[in-house]
Amino acid sequence: MQGTEAFRRPPSIRWRTAALLGRVTETSSAATLELDLADWSGHTAGQHVDVRLTAEDGYQAQRSYSIASAPGEPRLRITVERLEDGEVSPYLVEVMEPGDVMEVRGPIGGWFVWRTRDGGPLLLIGGGSGLVPLMSMVRHRSTTGSDLPARLLLSAKTEADILYRDELDELADRDPGLDVRATLTRSAPQGWDGYDRRVDREMLEEIAWPPQRHAHTFVCGPTGFVETVAEALVDLGHDPERIRAERFGPTGGGST
Amino acid sequence: MSPEERRLDGNAAAGLLYEVFGTEITAAPETCANCRTTRPMGAAHVYADAPGVVIRCPACEGMLICIVRVGDRLLVDLSGIGGLELLVEPDSI
Repeated sequence: MQGTEAFRRPPSIRWRTAALLGRVTETSSAATLELDLADWSGHTAGQHVDVRLTAEDGYQAQRSYSIASAPGEPRLRITVERLEDGEVSPYLVEVMEPGDVMEVRGPIGGWFVWRTRDGGPLLLIGGGSGLVPLMSMVRHRSTTGSDLPARLLLSAKTEADILYRDELDELADRDPGLDVRATLTRSAPQGWDGYDRRVDREMLEEIAWPPQRHAHTFVCGPTGFVETVAEALVDLGHDPERIRAERFGPTGGGST
Repeated sequence: MSPEERRLDGNAAAGLLYEVFGTEITAAPETCANCRTTRPMGAAHVYADAPGVVIRCPACEGMLICIVRVGDRLLVDLSGIGGLELLVEPDSI
């Protein structure tokens, strides 16, 4: 504003330096990064962190990434999908070496979150890397020993693109309260026993809890995916106020 | 690209809103100054690919908040917010 000095105040949310501890390849395009953050205060399942990278010439790029680990786990983990033409994700997924540092602030977000004390049942619907914050909820439910009924529907292009597949299979096998279903939108292998099309109203009708159960519903993925799912759920009689959405943007990565 | 395809949620602006308000605000109910609908900030529509970040009412698409970063300043237009409900810690004031 002309003629006035902007109000100066201490930063309310702090950037901190985080070193990469390790990286696990999840699929051909996604990796989970384990971060070393001093005095990490913990998080709530569903939250994200902002990540900032600074080039040698001072150019900065900032993106948001969902936290994949459960609250209470000793190390913070984020899962990043590499986007073609991305400015940040190719570096995080392929170039960064353990010991390299980035700036992180968070945890961020108080809306797209779930704690076991919020109750159930839980309906989680994730498209592509939209599964990441939902996985933190599934892990949170598991690490707290919760038996709140939960259903997860994940959508992936091919079988090889499914994130956390072994862990989800194992969790669902030993936990009768957790029902995991998958749909493959591009190609399904012979003998595939899940769905093999884009998520639609009919699929949601089969998987969602009856509307009168007032399930805590979380939908995360590319913008088009979230729009389709949320509209179909409302059309099926689900209360819009119970549906929490996190759209990644048109590219399916939201954070490049 | 249609507005529907570019849309993000209030959650996507959570870090920026934290910078502006000094606290987490996406769970806070906001009332649109235009249509008076009250929804949590996290349910608002966010358009982040403009020169600034524009937050719109999910009911009427009226502008709630516009934030533009210029150098070391944030220019904030809050004229679309007709009300905001914040939970305070019992001993904080």
